[in-house]
Amino acid sequence: MLFDFSLLSLVIWLPIFVGIAILTINDDRNAQLIKWLALIGSLAGLLVAIPLYTRFDPIVSSMQFVEYRVWIERFNVHYHLGVDGISMPLILLNCFTTPLVIIAGWRVINKRISQYMGAFLIMSGIVNGVFSSLDAILFYIFWEASLIPMFLIIGIWGGPNRVYAAIKFFLYTLLGSLLMLIAFIYLYRISGGSFSILDYHKLPLPLVSQIFIFIAFFLAFAVKVPMWPVHTWLPDAHVEAPTGGSIVLAAILLKLGGYGFIRFSLPIVPDASHYLSDMMIVLSLIAVVYIGLIALVQADMKKLIAYSSVSHMGFVTLGLFLFNVYGVEGAMVQMISHGFISGAMFFCVGVMYDRLHSRQIADYGGVVSKMPVFAAFFMLFSMANAGLPGTSGFVGEFMVIMAAIKINFWYAFFAASTLIFGAAYTLWMYKRVVFGTVTNPNVNQLEDVTGREVLILTILAAMVLWVGLYPLPLTEVMHVTVDNLLAHIARSKL
Amino acid sequence: MSEMENIYLLVPLMPLAGAIIAGFLGYLIGPAWTHRTTIALMFVCVIASSLVFIDVLQGNLYNGAVYTWMTSGDTLFEIGFMIDQLSATMMVIVSFVSLMVHIYTIGYMQNDPGYQRFFSYISLFTFSMLMLVMANNFLQLFFGWEAVGLVSYLLIGFWYVRPTAIHANMKAFLVNRIGDFGFLLGIGVVLIYFGTLDYVTVFGQAPQIANQVIEIFPGSPWMLMSVICILLFVGAMGKSAQFPLHVWLPDSMEGPTPISALIHAATMVTAGIFMVTRMSPLFELSETALSVILVIGGITTLSMALVALVQNDIKRVVAYSTLSQLGYMTVALGASAYSAAIFHLMTHAFFKALLFLGAGSVIMAMHHEQDMRRMGGLRKYMPITYWTMLIAALASSGVPGFSGFFSKDAIIEAAHLTTLPGGNFAYLCVLFTVFITAFYTFRLMFMTFHGKSRMDQHTKEHLHESSWVVTLPLAILAIPTISGGWVIGSMLFGDYFGGSILITLQHNVIGNMAAQFHGIWGMMSHSLITVPFWFSMSGIFAAWYFYLVKTELPEKIKKASGPLYTLLDRKYFIDEFYSWFFAGGARILGGWLWKFGDVKIIDGFFVNGAARLVVLTATLVRRFQSGYIYHYAFTMIVGVCVLMSLWLYRT
Repeated sequence: MLFDFSLLSLVIWLPIFVGIAILTINDDRNAQLIKWLALIGSLAGLLVAIPLYTRFDPIVSSMQFVEYRVWIERFNVHYHLGVDGISMPLILLNCFTTPLVIIAGWRVINKRISQYMGAFLIMSGIVNGVFSSLDAILFYIFWEASLIPMFLIIGIWGGPNRVYAAIKFFLYTLLGSLLMLIAFIYLYRISGGSFSILDYHKLPLPLVSQIFIFIAFFLAFAVKVPMWPVHTWLPDAHVEAPTGGSIVLAAILLKLGGYGFIRFSLPIVPDASHYLSDMMIVLSLIAVVYIGLIALVQADMKKLIAYSSVSHMGFVTLGLFLFNVYGVEGAMVQMISHGFISGAMFFCVGVMYDRLHSRQIADYGGVVSKMPVFAAFFMLFSMANAGLPGTSGFVGEFMVIMAAIKINFWYAFFAASTLIFGAAYTLWMYKRVVFGTVTNPNVNQLEDVTGREVLILTILAAMVLWVGLYPLPLTEVMHVTVDNLLAHIARSKL
Repeated sequence: MSEMENIYLLVPLMPLAGAIIAGFLGYLIGPAWTHRTTIALMFVCVIASSLVFIDVLQGNLYNGAVYTWMTSGDTLFEIGFMIDQLSATMMVIVSFVSLMVHIYTIGYMQNDPGYQRFFSYISLFTFSMLMLVMANNFLQLFFGWEAVGLVSYLLIGFWYVRPTAIHANMKAFLVNRIGDFGFLLGIGVVLIYFGTLDYVTVFGQAPQIANQVIEIFPGSPWMLMSVICILLFVGAMGKSAQFPLHVWLPDSMEGPTPISALIHAATMVTAGIFMVTRMSPLFELSETALSVILVIGGITTLSMALVALVQNDIKRVVAYSTLSQLGYMTVALGASAYSAAIFHLMTHAFFKALLFLGAGSVIMAMHHEQDMRRMGGLRKYMPITYWTMLIAALASSGVPGFSGFFSKDAIIEAAHLTTLPGGNFAYLCVLFTVFITAFYTFRLMFMTFHGKSRMDQHTKEHLHESSWVVTLPLAILAIPTISGGWVIGSMLFGDYFGGSILITLQHNVIGNMAAQFHGIWGMMSHSLITVPFWFSMSGIFAAWYFYLVKTELPEKIKKASGPLYTLLDRKYFIDEFYSWFFAGGARILGGWLWKFGDVKIIDGFFVNGAARLVVLTATLVRRFQSGYIYHYAFTMIVGVCVLMSLWLYRT
């Protein structure tokens, strides 16, 4: 099966090559050509990723679609790719999001179109690389490379304070990942010259080394998730980023952190993970409660949703460090669901921003009178953000809360407070923006969503409802991988 | 798949189809076809529910899955139906009242720009409520539970430009979420200790772990079953608006009247009562939880009835009456008289829906005026509304013969007989409330329909009886409002509920009552020598005296009672306290955490501080590389001196 053999390479490099091709056009007069090329490229990227799901064997616990080639012989670095039940859904989420972002920027982006579209396509490929790399150096290169397009997207197409936000984003995340590189080099020496992540999984390590490696990984991944207290780059980045950038940032880039914890921290240093799990749980719960309260008082819609993202991602880290099957699968479902919901929420704010050029809640009110169709979609996504059963937002939170009760009632108690806080900040925002009488005369000029926007909203709504009403197909593919992971981290490496 | 299974599916899917058609195609097919379609589908739903009901009466029960929602680990989460006496009863009540409200809506919402949207919502509500009552597991129960909350939110805020409406709907959702918070934790404890969320399995295993303890606070073991039941009951307190989570229900009257009748009186608010009844095999194992329920129910019954005394908004009187009646049902649950609770739920659904729809009919005739002080004498203009509402008022006051009498009497008797702590308190509450209920109900009747007309001339000229789409549901609902109680013999004291309700022997107050029961005529004639009957009569009499004979008296009492009146008028200041403490407190705390925690400490001190530290270090380190030879030479000499003195010192 030659096709299967290079499928992952295709998923990674197809978007990157199309992106580079688009960059070479680099002329805003060819806007139509660029956009269509970008759309076709992103759709092709999604199309080639679909066999990853359809041909995925859910009862196999080892890596699938493996590619293995020597890359740098001197340092034993390999071009080693493969996916399991944890990375495969994330790749699909990424490939699914890219066309939506391209469509979202269709009419909004008018300067440097080729670079904008190219950046998203290239980033899409790079992120696929992050999720499928099984070699630490390859992983690290993709990981760091993913910063560059986002840095440019914020820095070029962003808001007035974009340079500060872009640099903050870049430095914050770069500092974290440098320590990860040091950890890799250390592991390379200990393992006798291997960069294979799968080798690291089997590597015995004393507790002290484990703790140091854990901290190095923690700084890299916690910044990405982001966990409290290293989350403050996210609200700034979101506020300044263009809508497409916010969507990818929330839907995809945050997942790199959660994925890192699953792929690296838990299996490579399981004893340190157990040893430090209390800290991780407390930090996650602070994210849920503290950030939930902060979200309540935000006056800027994007900031509010950014903070709500931090709070929801708290469930991911909480679920992972409870070490039971509900928790890990819940964390996975939460990541996928958060991809749809936060993407949709940022898109909704973008829809309003494109019309009124304001993100301030106070500038709105009474939007439903002018944009009833939009209001209906926004209601659905707001309810999903508040974790209403029947939407994807409920599933992950439910599973993680169940997992928490198993460990300690109070963990669940604080986690479940999101039922109240999440509903409070989301619905209060919705009330002030959408309901009520029109006070700002500009709101009276609003026109309802266009066909292009309805298309994006409908697709996202379908995904949110699908995962909410029938999550079985999503959880089914992860069972074996998650069971395997849990069995692995239950064994001490000391 | 058997024939009955298809009918089970038909019951919730018909309203769902109605909701989808009205919601997505409503603007295409127009208002008339929207209500025709949804009502036709609701009609099928009622027929199907009735078929299921008849089938259940013949002893055909069902418990099975429709589809697997999710699996995780070894746990199977399913969507499925449990059809037994309890759910079949609820299905009939819900679908029947819903059909009446659908018809009534044609008249009430006429010419409203959101006509189709309204039909979509009420059909969606019916679907959610049916999924809730038909559930065979906790997860689906929670799905329905939250879904009815969502539709309630949408419907309270139906007129979304009104500031009061959009405040009320958010409040309703959030207060319900506080209840759901407890409910979800309760479900979680069930899942962890039983390993499943399937009703039958959980109920079957419950006796084995009845004596297990759980340490919520380290060092103080609590009974697992009490923890589960109290957490679940917190959910019921939210949805069934029990003190102190009752605050959302009066405000929910901002929604259109048909949904006040359907959701906030007859069906959704009784979800908590239904849920506890469904969980009777668990609640029976925790006397602590039953005592809590008795006390909460007692407080709600009495305190809310007192507030109803001083309301002037016709809908608010009925709303507070609903709260008080829900308190009755809760007391019944606490006394282990689950069947009495469901029985009162049923009679209440009829008479309270009738009261609400009647009030709506009055409000329409009054051009959306709701203040009873501007009504009076409506009897001659709206005879059908008057007579049907009078029937509901008699039922609500517990006058013998009417449905409310039987159910309320049963609850009072159950509260009297229960031996649990809190039982006496609850008994006194429900007993005394009989008087208050009769008083405020007839105060409403007399202020609205009797006496002098107090409305302005324009309104008076246009007064007329509502159209047939409004009066027909009133007339139909009047029938069970009168006769619904006559089935008490079989429903309470017979084997009507079969295995769907479980009562342990030591809590068997219903069994004791059955021994005393000698038919409905015996019950009625016996009541003439009991306290509740005379309380009820004196309540009606007092209302007549205060509001038709000595009409200046209420004003005098109001002045004389001073702060006591203010306390009731302001509903014990609970709303003010909540908005100051919880809403205000959360915002102050959030603002402080943001400005101080995020901006000052994390960003200000650590992030920007780290940047400043780099600059500072660089500035210092830079000085070492000045480029002057004598600087370097001087440093070298100092270094040599230090090293040499160290060496000398050591030797």
